Amino acid sequence: MRIYLRILMVVAALSLGTLFFLPMWKIYLEAPQYPEGLELHIWIDKLGGSSESVLQNFNILNHYIGMKPIHAESFAELKYMPYIVIFFMVTGVIVGLLGKRKLVLLWVVLLAIGGAAGIADFYLWLHRFGTNLDPTAPIKVPGMTYIPPLLGHKALLNFNALSLPAWGSIGIFLALVIGGLVYLLSKRKINST
Amino acid sequence: MEVLDPISRLIAPRLGFMLMLIVGVVLQGCGGGDESKKSDVVDSEASAAVYVPPGQHDEYYSFLSGGFNGQVSVYGLPSGRLLKVIPVFSQFAENGYGYNEESKPMLMTSHGFVPWDDLHHPKLSRTDGLADGKFLYVNGNNTPRVAKVDLATFETVEIMEIPNSAGNHCSPYPTNNNEYILAGTRFSVPLDLEKGGMGDASLEEYKDKFRGSISFIKTNEEDGHMELDFQVLVPGFDYDLANGGKGPSEDWVFFTTYNTEKSRTLKELGASQNDRDYLAAINWKLAAKYAAEGKAHEMPANYYHNIKDHGSHQAKSNVIKKVRYLLPEECPGMMYLIPAPKSPHGIDVDPTGEYMVVNGKLASSLPVFSFSKMQKAIENKDFDGEVNGIPVFKYESVLYGEVKEPGLGPLHTEFDDKGNGYSTMFVSSEVVKWNVKDLQVLDRIPVYYSPGHLMIPGGDTKEPNGKYLVVMNKITKDRYLPTGPELVHAAQLIDISGDKMRLLLDFPTLAEPHYAQAIAADKVAPNSVKFYKLGDNTHPDAVKKESDASVTRQGRTVKIKMTSIRSHFTPDNIEGVQVGDTVIFHVTNLEQDWDVPHGFAVMGANNSETLIMPGATQSLRWVPKQPGVYPFYCTDFCSALHQEMQGYVRVSPRGSNVPIKFSTGEKRPVPPAQASVN
Repeated sequence: MRIYLRILMVVAALSLGTLFFLPMWKIYLEAPQYPEGLELHIWIDKLGGSSESVLQNFNILNHYIGMKPIHAESFAELKYMPYIVIFFMVTGVIVGLLGKRKLVLLWVVLLAIGGAAGIADFYLWLHRFGTNLDPTAPIKVPGMTYIPPLLGHKALLNFNALSLPAWGSIGIFLALVIGGLVYLLSKRKINST
Repeated sequence: MEVLDPISRLIAPRLGFMLMLIVGVVLQGCGGGDESKKSDVVDSEASAAVYVPPGQHDEYYSFLSGGFNGQVSVYGLPSGRLLKVIPVFSQFAENGYGYNEESKPMLMTSHGFVPWDDLHHPKLSRTDGLADGKFLYVNGNNTPRVAKVDLATFETVEIMEIPNSAGNHCSPYPTNNNEYILAGTRFSVPLDLEKGGMGDASLEEYKDKFRGSISFIKTNEEDGHMELDFQVLVPGFDYDLANGGKGPSEDWVFFTTYNTEKSRTLKELGASQNDRDYLAAINWKLAAKYAAEGKAHEMPANYYHNIKDHGSHQAKSNVIKKVRYLLPEECPGMMYLIPAPKSPHGIDVDPTGEYMVVNGKLASSLPVFSFSKMQKAIENKDFDGEVNGIPVFKYESVLYGEVKEPGLGPLHTEFDDKGNGYSTMFVSSEVVKWNVKDLQVLDRIPVYYSPGHLMIPGGDTKEPNGKYLVVMNKITKDRYLPTGPELVHAAQLIDISGDKMRLLLDFPTLAEPHYAQAIAADKVAPNSVKFYKLGDNTHPDAVKKESDASVTRQGRTVKIKMTSIRSHFTPDNIEGVQVGDTVIFHVTNLEQDWDVPHGFAVMGANNSETLIMPGATQSLRWVPKQPGVYPFYCTDFCSALHQEMQGYVRVSPRGSNVPIKFSTGEKRPVPPAQASVN
């Protein structure tokens, strides 16, 4: 494999590092009383938001409808996800150094599966929070569930919820695209030589 | 008249008709005149000039003193919308200021708890001669005090009592970099230099024994607390208003005086006999130098300095027992007297710092003094005798000129950025615009009625913003819908950007504004605190988690450390309190979001509610007098379940064996909206 492709492979692996600097998903809530909006930021290893106390404010709102309070400690994923990302970064670099085309493919496929699994896991959590409501909640709307959207927006009582991937996710996107490109380009090179 | 003679009967109706015709014509004439006058006064574009669309913000914050309500009112300009009332010297039942345990010490003085004062003059803190938007200083006239309001929170954070003063009217005047706040006494009183404070004297001894004082208060804005550095003990006149110089006159502060006759009774006559009173000029830098170089004497004192702690929000009082003073007769070059028209009110220095305008409220002209001429007169010793060792200038040797026939009863002047002065005329009820250089009157506009002070944003600094002028009137009468004998006062907003002044808006003000300050909104708004961080709360009785809430008895005091968060108190069921116990509710608001205060009130408390901002702790004292089960509740509509935010305290007879017990919720000890503390 040519040197620039190996470098690209290393770049693909390292681009996953953005996940440590930027949140990977954002849920925006908008309501008449929140002109400034409320943002919940999902990081690879923590929950954050537009302000320090955003979780508390989410939970205060959610307790009216009986949703369980959201705490970072409840998510085991936040503990092991960083290791998974580090694993992909290290193996990606090694793949780049070895320059084996098949390994590139394997790495890209595994990463794609990992990403898909993460999104599926995220959806399951949203579903669990949105439907597992306390029967003694002060506000009960018959038949209403509060599953926030996975992607796009949805009206939840007075709130308009919008869910979008955030800049951290671009790391996964780049890793997949560049990795895939390395795989495809290295094939053409072999044919031509 | 029962019997009219036949002729009268014949003529009377016709005469009546004739009279009606004549009266009608006259009335119509007048009426027409009146209407056209009214439409002249406010032109059709005025409403657009003050219209701030819903959701938009004003261009300026203005701070109007409340006079006898002891508060500061904050209005947006140009809309005239009331944004906030800041309690300073008065208890404020609306939020518990002066009622809750944290703020009570703010109102402590050497005379005990004084829950009211007469707040006259707001002055913004300054950096390089311009308002910096950090603090607002205000005076308490009746029981002499100076207070500091933090403009990040719009809360009173410090109050210092002024010793050796009686009627702190001539106050608080900042120097251009907040080195000092100056505070002069309105009433002179006999001072006891040996024992300290006010001495005893017969009123007949006024001329010999009564003295005034001017206090030099260091602001120490870097580490936060005011400090009375020293006082200058001045002749026993009444000191009315002051203003600092700028530019060439930056080292000087000027004070108007009256009752230089030293009359002790019926002052309306006694203090109006001399044709001239004095404008006192003090070189504050030289005074500070004299004080630093050991010219200052020391005397015993007893005054309170109350400071609100940044982290706990608890006010603490320090009692200070001595004060340093300078005697002008021992400090050459520090103080001079300029003869001024009798009983002057405002003294105002123009933006260049060269001209000092004295508003002699009983005088027919407005004298303008020249700082450079004053410097020359000092050099040439151009004096006309002295008072208590203080040189008095010859009037002509420092006079620049007089504004002739400015109006009746000039009280106060501020300036625009085009070389013009604007003076209030109390008696002729108008604002008069005149040129500082050639002293010609340029324009006059009627105001409603009897203006005291006026304010141009930055109009007392070297860089006025000559767009708006707010005039504050003492008499309201028919300006608004009648509200019985007591009326609010009226203020008018005037556009001064053109050659002619233009009336834009008339708005009611609270109590009696004596002066105001204004500052561009972008100097204050970005620093406005949204809520207090719970993690920074250092109140000793704060509880930051519901699980830490407690009820404990110590003798006959029961301490209840509780939390509030939408929409419950923890605990909300309390037992074991007995009649006659002193119960203190320490309520911590666990919210960490903007605009979610919780209130707290309990039935029968001889107290107000207290309003707790997010992240803060406040304490309310309650002594139940009868057994029973007393409800308490949140007084500030906080959420859809606000009406449910309530609880009970069971009060048992004295000596009962009901144990202390407290809880929230039955099955789940920790309710779902548990706060997480960062």
